[in-house]
Amino acid sequence: MNWTSLFLQCERTPQPSRQAKGLNAVLAAVLVLVTGWLAVEGISGGLRWESVAPYWPLFWKGWLLSLGLSVGALVLSVLIGLAAALAQRSRVIVLRYLARIYVELVRGTPLLVQILIWWYVVFASMQNGFRVGIGMLALAFFSGAYLSEIFRAGIEGIGKSQRESARAIGLTTTQTYRYVIFPQALRQVLPPLAGQFASLIKDSSLLSIIGITEMTQTAQNVNAITYSSLEAFLPLAAGYLILTLPISLWTRSLEGKVRYET
Amino acid sequence: MGVQIRNITKTFNKFVALKNVTLDVQPGELLALLGPSGSGKTTLLRIVAGLEFADPGHGQILFHGEDVTYHSAYKRRAGFVFQHYALFQHMNIFENVAFGLRVRPRKLRPTEDEIRDRVFTLLKRVQLEQLAKRFPSQLSGGQRQRIALARALAIEPRVLLLDEPFGALDAKVRKELRRWLRQFHEETHLTTLFVTHDQEEAFELADRVAILSEGNIQQIGCPKEIVQHPTNTFVHDFLGLDI
Repeated sequence: MNWTSLFLQCERTPQPSRQAKGLNAVLAAVLVLVTGWLAVEGISGGLRWESVAPYWPLFWKGWLLSLGLSVGALVLSVLIGLAAALAQRSRVIVLRYLARIYVELVRGTPLLVQILIWWYVVFASMQNGFRVGIGMLALAFFSGAYLSEIFRAGIEGIGKSQRESARAIGLTTTQTYRYVIFPQALRQVLPPLAGQFASLIKDSSLLSIIGITEMTQTAQNVNAITYSSLEAFLPLAAGYLILTLPISLWTRSLEGKVRYET
Repeated sequence: MGVQIRNITKTFNKFVALKNVTLDVQPGELLALLGPSGSGKTTLLRIVAGLEFADPGHGQILFHGEDVTYHSAYKRRAGFVFQHYALFQHMNIFENVAFGLRVRPRKLRPTEDEIRDRVFTLLKRVQLEQLAKRFPSQLSGGQRQRIALARALAIEPRVLLLDEPFGALDAKVRKELRRWLRQFHEETHLTTLFVTHDQEEAFELADRVAILSEGNIQQIGCPKEIVQHPTNTFVHDFLGLDI
């Protein structure tokens, strides 16, 4: 029996092989049984939801804050990433090096350390009232460096002749980027972009370290009060999934839309 | 008039690609730049297009009398066709051809109807109007190259520049397109510079041929003249002439 054929396919075959179908059925059955058993166990007394029930409004508030933080940082990080990617292609040497240094510094140090530096060093004198803003900035600054590398790879992946033919039929530099390079680059970078966005959402949990009561901080608080760890942290994980899954699905559908044969 | 290339020198780091090249392309003429790899023919064409710039300080490029030496490519209105087509993969054929018109500033932009008329006239001219809705990836090499030509022509170029346009095609298609291009030139008489390393192609297509080697023009003249009176041993050997 050919084991590789169960896991890899060279081209989309209309029908999976009989063995693959069998494996699918077995795995699906196991999954359903295990989940079902866990669910029944949970309801019948393994999990005591009533102990955390009074704190649902707090969870909800924490989730909203995580959402807000992520969306804000996401928009900001796209702007930073785009600027840094373009700066790295600039004719101005200083800009090029600044962007390069930014990327290397950010990618070479842990996010946790960066958050602490933003909080205790950069904004040490004006912390009160700006907690969420500073957290958002730290997150965007971090993610922007990764995004800039993704964007740069996408831009550089578009052949020189595409750029030159755009110039030759009369496009200005801005038009060349806007109409020829970006649309083609976007398609290339969608999968890594989705990954980076999901990372950003998950990384927002680290902001609990500077006392932002987003979702993770809330869950920790609830756990500290009720000692119901599983009941506090399971909803936490679910809360993040609810945020990251749509991104994943959305980029997949987008990929399908902008696909063209190459 | 036509295209005037005056004293153009181009160095890459220390390598001298073109040495003080002067060349006049007559209006309405089809001139082939013929030479081996590394002779500087493509560099010269790219400098005429504005995709590359000659060493600053000396030398001039004139289009029909206008000095365009320091104009960047998008201002020159030179139609350029690449060896590997370089069609925009994310646009269909119609949009590819129309694109050079669409991006013009509002004052110079034709109306939607005019654009459609012009694109279909061009697509008819390259005999591919039935493919308007297709994407570049769905076309054969020969079809793509004809679309690339239509795209270059859409902006009503002042000169047409072809960089080994048939180099990536198979022999049969290459011959067909060669004949087709010659006929096309007879009808339009657009001033054309054509780069090739294939002497048969150069001699069959061009009104005049300029032979380049090591950044210098070795000889320029009509095909017959060159074959009958090669000026030096390089031309003689390159063409593989007997005695």
